[in-house]
Amino acid sequence: MLRMIGRRLAAALPGVIGVIVVTFLLNRALPGDPAAYFAGPAATPRAIEEIRVKLGLDKSLPEQFGLYVRDLVRGDLGTSLTTGQPVVADLRARLPASLELTLCGLLLAIAVGVPLGIFAATRPGSWADHIARVLMTMGNSMPVFFSALLLVYVFYYLLGWAPAPLGRLDAFTPPPGSVTGSFLVDSLLMRDGTVFLAAAKQLVLPTATLGLAALAPIARITRAAMLGVLASDYVRTARAGGLAPRTVLYVYALRNALLPVVTALGIVFAFLLGVNVVVEKIYAWPGIGSYALEAVMTSDYAPVQGFVLTMAMIYVALNLLIDILYGVIDPRVRIET
Amino acid sequence: MTGEAGALLVVEDLSIEFRTREGIVRALERASFTVGQAETVGVVGESGSGKTITAHAVMGVLHPAGRVTGGSVRFRGADLLALGEEERRGYCGREMAIAFQNARAALNPIRPVGRQIEDVLLRHTDLGRSAARDRALELFARVQIPDPPRLHGAYPFELSGGMCQRVMIALAVAGSPALLIADEPATGLDVATQCAVLELIEELAHENRMAMLLISHDLGLVGERADRVVVMHAGHVVEIAPSAELFAAPRHPYTARLLATTPHPDSRLADLRPIPGSVPDLREALPPCRYRYRCERAAPECDEPPLPRVEITPGHFVACRRPL
Repeated sequence: MLRMIGRRLAAALPGVIGVIVVTFLLNRALPGDPAAYFAGPAATPRAIEEIRVKLGLDKSLPEQFGLYVRDLVRGDLGTSLTTGQPVVADLRARLPASLELTLCGLLLAIAVGVPLGIFAATRPGSWADHIARVLMTMGNSMPVFFSALLLVYVFYYLLGWAPAPLGRLDAFTPPPGSVTGSFLVDSLLMRDGTVFLAAAKQLVLPTATLGLAALAPIARITRAAMLGVLASDYVRTARAGGLAPRTVLYVYALRNALLPVVTALGIVFAFLLGVNVVVEKIYAWPGIGSYALEAVMTSDYAPVQGFVLTMAMIYVALNLLIDILYGVIDPRVRIET
Repeated sequence: MTGEAGALLVVEDLSIEFRTREGIVRALERASFTVGQAETVGVVGESGSGKTITAHAVMGVLHPAGRVTGGSVRFRGADLLALGEEERRGYCGREMAIAFQNARAALNPIRPVGRQIEDVLLRHTDLGRSAARDRALELFARVQIPDPPRLHGAYPFELSGGMCQRVMIALAVAGSPALLIADEPATGLDVATQCAVLELIEELAHENRMAMLLISHDLGLVGERADRVVVMHAGHVVEIAPSAELFAAPRHPYTARLLATTPHPDSRLADLRPIPGSVPDLREALPPCRYRYRCERAAPECDEPPLPRVEITPGHFVACRRPL
């Protein structure tokens, strides 16, 4: 197992290096001159030049890249020009908010999508099948910025059921002491029901937005995988053996159908990380997505690079996790690796 | 075509259709045969003759595209096709069981083979978990799987084709059924393994006084082991006879040609003659006798419906107007 993990990590290395190079170049190719931006509209050309030197932007590209890699190795992602803080500190403060939101969205999508897919597959043509189809079409065709605004409009503005979309907690609730960074988990650890409830309330709408977007692919792939497995020879064997329908469905069919579902989960999670940027902006969520968005708009290289690198790391970790899950589910994978 | 008194399984006038994109396939038409207590009945025919779907219909695991359009399947007098799903399930594995062809695909790829046997045991016996495990190991030993404790935890992909077939057989007999359906149990195995597997099935049937429906495209293989043989062609049962009689004096022209394609020790390659034509397309309108256009004895009267079923000598049935 450890050897497999080591091998997978080594295999991810070229990808990470590629990400480092590409983000570096991409950021230099962004339009706008950061030196001019930070010098302000009234700055003289000399002042702009001074800032350029201070930022190291007067050096050649290879030189800049060398310095960048040197800093990376030291764990220094540079300093954000907007917040004035080291990017690492900013990311560390904001990552838990993004992860909490994304994971909640993913869990919601799994909790609804997988049973829906199973139901649709076992009763093709039934009302469950139709609901699944409607949800899948909706999830596929509705852009996230639209569904997010729609949810805010209906549930906050019209009905007033949801709290204002202004971040992780309302203005009157102090954040819980930070252990994991997740407000839900931390407030539970502190046995603080009020904070937990307040944090949960704020999470409902953005989670629903993400869940709705992720639901469609999960339900669709679960349904397709279940249909395939239910028609397989070994499910026929289980039926011919007179096994209880529940055993046939869960032990024989579902476990076999989980492989493609787990693959889909990886893709969906990565997709959610991207979608997060929009959702965080709309719900004023203090995560890394909105952070990166602001940085891009101000040509602030360092945070964007830090964001993309963080995403790449999460992606690598995610793929590793999926590989491990594969091995847990399917003995054939275990032997090969 | 039946000698019904005391029969364990009575299939009568069973008809099955398949809906396909290209139209309705009448895969089985008014098939009738019986299996007596502890009797071994062979079912023989070319690919597409309806052997396997007959077996699946008897077990109640017909493909969803298939539909029984008529006839009955009676087991100890109870009409299985009229039973509810739950009652029907009570027969599967306990009263009748099937060893599917292509055993490797028929076993759950991600569940240890021993656990699959235990699933059946826990369902059909009063054994507890550990007793079921012991019984599974006994069964493995009985089907001559080497080192049962080790292979109990093995997955199908770790086993050879012959071993998978043995696991399949152990799985089928785990619930001590009165009827075992063995669907092409030897197909896809090497010759030595084929013999061993067939011998094993015979022994098990004998030991447990189990009736058996032995399905194969190989007439020679079935003839040696079956008490009676059912010959099928294109969804029709064309002849039923005691094995010895069928081999000595086949009455249906198709059976005769089928025998001529079966090699025996003193035949030369030149003696083997293929059957002309191929199994007709079951989506099209067919004459009453589906062997009509392949048959050298065909005559105008063969186009007259219905297809006759004659008991030509006691216990020997032929579906032919011009039997040999």
